[in-house]
Amino acid sequence: MSLVDVWFVLIAVLWAGYLILEGFDFGVGTLLHLVGRTPAERAQALRTIGPVWDGNEVWLLVAGGATFAAFPEWYATLFSGYYLALTVILVALIVRIMALEYRNKHDDPAWRRRWDAAIVVSSALPAVLWGVAFANIVGGSPLAADGSFAGNVLDLLRPYTVLGGLTTLSLFCLHGAHFLALRTEGPVRDRATALATRMWAPTVLVVAGFAVWTLADAQVVRPLAVGGTAAAALALLAVLPAHRAGREGRAFALTTVAIAGAVVLLFATLFPDVMVSSGPGPDLTMQAAASTDRTLTVMTVVAAVMTPVVLLYQGWTYWVFRARVRPEGTGDVRTPLDLLDRRAGGVA
Amino acid sequence: MDALDLARWQFGITTVYHFLLVPITIGLSGLVALMQTRWYRTGDERYLRMTRFWGTLLLINFALGVATGIVQEFQFGMAWSEYSRFVGDVFGAPLAIEGLAAFFLESTFLGLWIFGWDRLPARIHLGTIWAVFLGTNLSAYFILAANAWMQRPVGSAVNPVSGRAELTSIVDVLTNRTALFAYGHTLTASLATAGAILLGISAWHRARRPDHDAAFFRTSLTWGLRTTLVAALATMVVGHFFGQWMTRVQPMKMAAAEALYESSDRAGLSLLAIGGFEKSPEELAFNIEVPRLLSFMATNSFSGRVQGIDELQAQYEQRYGPGDYVPVLAATYWSFRIMIGTGVLLAALAAAGLWLGRRGREPGRWFARAAIAAIFAPLIANTAGWMFTEMGRQPWIVQGLLRTQDAVSPLPATTLLASLVTFTLLYAALAVIELRLFTRVARRGPDPAPQPVGATADGEALLPALVY
Repeated sequence: MSLVDVWFVLIAVLWAGYLILEGFDFGVGTLLHLVGRTPAERAQALRTIGPVWDGNEVWLLVAGGATFAAFPEWYATLFSGYYLALTVILVALIVRIMALEYRNKHDDPAWRRRWDAAIVVSSALPAVLWGVAFANIVGGSPLAADGSFAGNVLDLLRPYTVLGGLTTLSLFCLHGAHFLALRTEGPVRDRATALATRMWAPTVLVVAGFAVWTLADAQVVRPLAVGGTAAAALALLAVLPAHRAGREGRAFALTTVAIAGAVVLLFATLFPDVMVSSGPGPDLTMQAAASTDRTLTVMTVVAAVMTPVVLLYQGWTYWVFRARVRPEGTGDVRTPLDLLDRRAGGVA
Repeated sequence: MDALDLARWQFGITTVYHFLLVPITIGLSGLVALMQTRWYRTGDERYLRMTRFWGTLLLINFALGVATGIVQEFQFGMAWSEYSRFVGDVFGAPLAIEGLAAFFLESTFLGLWIFGWDRLPARIHLGTIWAVFLGTNLSAYFILAANAWMQRPVGSAVNPVSGRAELTSIVDVLTNRTALFAYGHTLTASLATAGAILLGISAWHRARRPDHDAAFFRTSLTWGLRTTLVAALATMVVGHFFGQWMTRVQPMKMAAAEALYESSDRAGLSLLAIGGFEKSPEELAFNIEVPRLLSFMATNSFSGRVQGIDELQAQYEQRYGPGDYVPVLAATYWSFRIMIGTGVLLAALAAAGLWLGRRGREPGRWFARAAIAAIFAPLIANTAGWMFTEMGRQPWIVQGLLRTQDAVSPLPATTLLASLVTFTLLYAALAVIELRLFTRVARRGPDPAPQPVGATADGEALLPALVY
């Protein structure tokens, strides 16, 4: 495997990491009013993602930065080509950050109500648009002979790409519902559990439709693409039984596998291109888009050193905040860390 | 306006806006970390309340900084795709490393800090805010290293076959002396920025409600005054050497900063000039100059030779072909002066405050007014400094290698206009929200009766301002 191949795989891993992690917090945001009828319940739901969503979002920044460094031509073509769509995503992400951070900084019901509504819209919008974007990358978009994007924003919306958007939205909502069922107690958990059951069948249909369409349209059907699809299918089929059996951790792990499987399907179908052209220019291959071997070597060393450290402390965060979030006023489940010696100088 | 102008306006607006927030985050995270360290060491409740009050202001600011930072990362590809194609092999690496080494650290540990008060042992919780401070600094370093490469492209060579800049040494890119100076200058300026916030808000409380939480705001005021004075002076010292370095590597930028057309062995420092800055210094309607001071500042000798614009323009034409290599003079000249002037005023105010407040005296009401205005001084200085750095490099986007006009995406102007309007309106709305929230929290002051950490079983009720 050449360094270029390695970085193609690493970019796929970074996107998988992003879509899995931010996927559940997009899901929690989208379902906010369905699981939380009162401001207190919505606050409870948001506290499940509170300590982690910002770290999750960094996966996107690293995926973007790594694409810039490892495949500058891809970065340039993709982001200038999907300019307006990306602007919408960025606006949504900005609003979402503000909403999550500011909703509780001021004690006013109207303030909170508005930010909560903003959370729903700004979580659902990127959830749809990332699916549309990936469906376009894999399904092909108009590229000029010099590799730049030759279409307009409406070219990005076709039945296939809209189905791609619905795929990510439904997957993320299911993923988020299972996350909430796993991480909360009380009415929020009950509603999340019911939602997860109801959303299961439509999600399976949408995802299956998208996977079949992708494989049917692929120029070459690669074993890995079939493998990714199979993994996603099996995982999705196993979600409902696990959920019904009350195995919430397993159910959440299975929706994680389903998203990872979908990413494998997309990137295996894309390989060895990074952008498929629907004309008039040629496809952009990963070889043509890549940086020099020296840059890729530097990046590989940095990634090999930093990634384990990042995974370690991000994993630790999930461990620290693994206790279920209870409804307000019923106390908090303590973690074993509380039993450790707490040196709080001068405090009780 | 064509696509190039629109893309430049968009980059200018989004970057300056982002850079209003970044120094506050860097500086305040450092000061809050120090406050929490103080609390951890002494157990004095005042420092716990300081940590939480100033920490809340930090979080309000941090959120907007993170949000606007996302645009920064993507707009190189969006609006400057030809730039991205040309520089990706070199410029992408520090950017990607920033994500891996800095962003993850900042955001993960900020989450742990906000939500970890009741979950983590005090020592580890203290470590999380220091990790945030470390993350913001690493982030600043890597992004300044990327920018420094645009100012002084080292560790790379243009490949004639691929027609793009390619990496030859990542070590050279990361140890670019321009990056080291820029980082030192930014860190000290950031601490001065945070100091001015403590100073302004505390002085307001002291003057407006002298009996309200007097001890709290007296301590905060002292922290603010000392930090501001020391950091502002350090910024000037680093800035002095930074300027000398730039005179060596970017002489045109420094000549433009002085509107100095003719090379001179005894160059005077222009303090204030009025005029069109068009052709020669004689055309300036008004110019106050300190004889020989520029020569001294640039070379440490009162008779040192400073190159002027005309000579440099001739050199550049010889090297790069015909063209206009002079940055917009009025912008460069004034941004440089505004940066230095507001910095000096800020240091003077902090020194005056320390003098007036010696041995527990209260400075007068005028001081409170000046101190509130002083909150804006570093923001103005930072903005001017950043504009000077970027506009002083024009017409180059990468000094000597790529012109800004050749870097823009081949997009229709309407597309860029749409995003420019969108971002400007969104940022304006967010500025209003942020300012109102920031002022509201600042005026309210710290929570009147803090509950000691770990005193109740209900972790979520402990720190209402710091949780969702």
